Amino acid sequence: MKTKNIMIVGVGGQGSLLASRILGAAALGSGYDVKVSEVHGMSQRGGSVVTYVRYGENVASPVICEGEADVILSFEKLEAARWLPYLRIGGTVVTGTQEINPMPVITGAAQYPDALCEKIKALGVDIISEDAVAIAEKAGSEKAANVALIGLAAHVLGFDAAALRDAVAACVPAKARDINLRAFDAATEKVG
Amino acid sequence: MKKIMLGNEAVARGLYEAGVSFVSSYPGTPSTEITEFAAKYDEIYAEWAPNEKVALEAALGASVGGARSFCAMKHVGLNVAADPLFITAYTGVGGGFVIGVADDPGMHSSQNEQDSRHYAEAAKLPMAEPADSAECKEFVRLCYEYSEKFDTPFILRLTTRVSHSSNPVETLERSELPLKEYVKDAAKHVMMPANARRRHVVVEKRLADLEEFAYSCPFNKIEKGGNLGIITAGNCYNYAKEVFGDSASYLKLGLVYPLSEKLIREFAESVEQIIVIEELDGFIERFCRSMGLKVTGKDVLPLCGEYSQSLLREKLLGEEPQNTALGDDIPARPPVLCPGCPHRGVFYVLKKMGVTVSGDIGCYTLGAVPPLAAMDSTYCMGASISALHGFNKVRGDEDRSVAVIGDSTFMHSGMTGLVNIVYNGGKSTVIILDNRITGMTGHQQNPLTGLTLKNTPAPYICLEDICAGLGVAREHIRVVDPAKLKELEQVIGEELSADCPSVVICRRPCALLKGVERHPALRVNTEKCRGCTSCMKIGCPCISMVRGEDGKKKAAVDPLMCVGCGLCKELCAFGAFED
Repeated sequence: MKTKNIMIVGVGGQGSLLASRILGAAALGSGYDVKVSEVHGMSQRGGSVVTYVRYGENVASPVICEGEADVILSFEKLEAARWLPYLRIGGTVVTGTQEINPMPVITGAAQYPDALCEKIKALGVDIISEDAVAIAEKAGSEKAANVALIGLAAHVLGFDAAALRDAVAACVPAKARDINLRAFDAATEKVG
Repeated sequence: MKKIMLGNEAVARGLYEAGVSFVSSYPGTPSTEITEFAAKYDEIYAEWAPNEKVALEAALGASVGGARSFCAMKHVGLNVAADPLFITAYTGVGGGFVIGVADDPGMHSSQNEQDSRHYAEAAKLPMAEPADSAECKEFVRLCYEYSEKFDTPFILRLTTRVSHSSNPVETLERSELPLKEYVKDAAKHVMMPANARRRHVVVEKRLADLEEFAYSCPFNKIEKGGNLGIITAGNCYNYAKEVFGDSASYLKLGLVYPLSEKLIREFAESVEQIIVIEELDGFIERFCRSMGLKVTGKDVLPLCGEYSQSLLREKLLGEEPQNTALGDDIPARPPVLCPGCPHRGVFYVLKKMGVTVSGDIGCYTLGAVPPLAAMDSTYCMGASISALHGFNKVRGDEDRSVAVIGDSTFMHSGMTGLVNIVYNGGKSTVIILDNRITGMTGHQQNPLTGLTLKNTPAPYICLEDICAGLGVAREHIRVVDPAKLKELEQVIGEELSADCPSVVICRRPCALLKGVERHPALRVNTEKCRGCTSCMKIGCPCISMVRGEDGKKKAAVDPLMCVGCGLCKELCAFGAFED
């Protein structure tokens, strides 16, 4: 198979590291080679962060470049728009509808663009946008928003549904397992 | 068993399996997790040293003492540790000794983009460079084997993408090694001229032996494909494979110093064209050119920044990516001080006072970013204090300039700068941001936190006593809570006008530390808010101005992000922020 490229984008502190760990475990559990590349240090401090997950028979590079991502999994709308050039033609954007103002918007030096999801859709891009935080809250905790987002993307990530669900169960903290699985199931039903 | 491991975790696993029993490091992105993972093994003694020079010397001592030992640092840490590094080439080792250094191409979290390979050449030490997590573990094992065989430390060079990428690694059992016998050998370990002269001859002989070893060593590999020959190392090999696949031939150098002329020449003769692909400097390329080979390298590939498959496609094949983008301007999202960060108030006050701020390395470097923008300079660990001293000696600006340095950075290399101020009659004011942890690298213990790397209690070292011991008068060592803005401004003002060296310790734990109390999010009383935007000056990511139904912009607090630190409440003149 061709290497599958998944990007997880968001704002430092939103939980993209756990999401990448889940996808990595799902890939390994499905018998694939996998590389996950993440960012630590200064950019984590509320900055724009990106994590790359690549899986397939034999993965060489750990990073994903412009025009290569099959799926962009975004925790925040502005970040989905920022990283859009990384999506391949025909790829899918799955984004939470949360808005977090970056500092230039907070200080008034820039505006938070409006109707971002609609504008992305108008480019002919396949986009799924849902309130992942609300799904997570309903399942028991807003902290499960990252797992809800994975659930929303489950059908385009290329994994067997059960393998992905098992990876969620294996990677989240034991005491939060039920909440996360509820969030995952609710999200997959929403899209399916 | 196969496990997905971060490159740094795989290095630590390699240490464990190789029977390493001593690790001493100073944290620095992207190297930090090696030592954190190593500390999880009961069989490995692991510690945070106050700086990289101390760490490397401690690890040298452990090696001479007969144990396999290790120390890790980021690229700029090797500058700090350069003094002992060079000497280790002369002394050789007892137990195997490996020095891990992680470069940061692209400067994800660094102040420069230096290429550590030059250190291997300058210090005459062998350097290995793995390309992924599996190689991280395997190369560590090889480094220890050959460190002992050649009686030399090995440098293990990593880069951010190798350190912080994860891929499957096969784990093995640990080989438990007995401590080697210690035999006093002054001719080998007392580096005074008479001995060092003899040891230099040994160094040169060993380097020649290593160059011969490089021809057939297990670090390097050749993959035969087409007539295009690619000479590469580290993660660049992966980028090249992504682009050229099996259509090219590869000489993948796992040993990046010394290089084998014979090996490179044989490879060159088997292909028609050669491209050298390496991030940062043209280290391998320069060697190839010195051999008289015609190669493509930095004439088309950049010296700056991180490489990728897409960069190689563009520069070597002229291919552009196929993609779509929004026409809109996407506002940048630079990193910011966290909600509730105790440093925020300090920079707010310094900006208000209009003083020159000599900054340092840590989270608080973000005090340089608008709207706080309260930092004039940041160079390297400890330079805030020492550079301010020189600045003030020539300008006489003691009453309108401060140095700002974190607790861990002060212990790393701020103390000597403070001694210099005291000793040489300076009158500068030093602000120590004591947030009770090493923050930027992700919460490591340090000599002031009362805990070791293994989370066991450590003796209490008192920062005030250190400053007093270094010669600062007790009455000019002031401790303030940086959340109390008025008191903070008053104390800084008093110490600026003092006619002697002074230290202001701003003590409040990092907002992200476990156990730090989080208060409920504040709310804005829109009746009281006048929309004056003075709360926007603190650069808090939780506060923004939102247009109300009456069309007027009022402050609003993001209830999901706010930790209730109360700084906005403290400075609002109209009492608009409420609990």
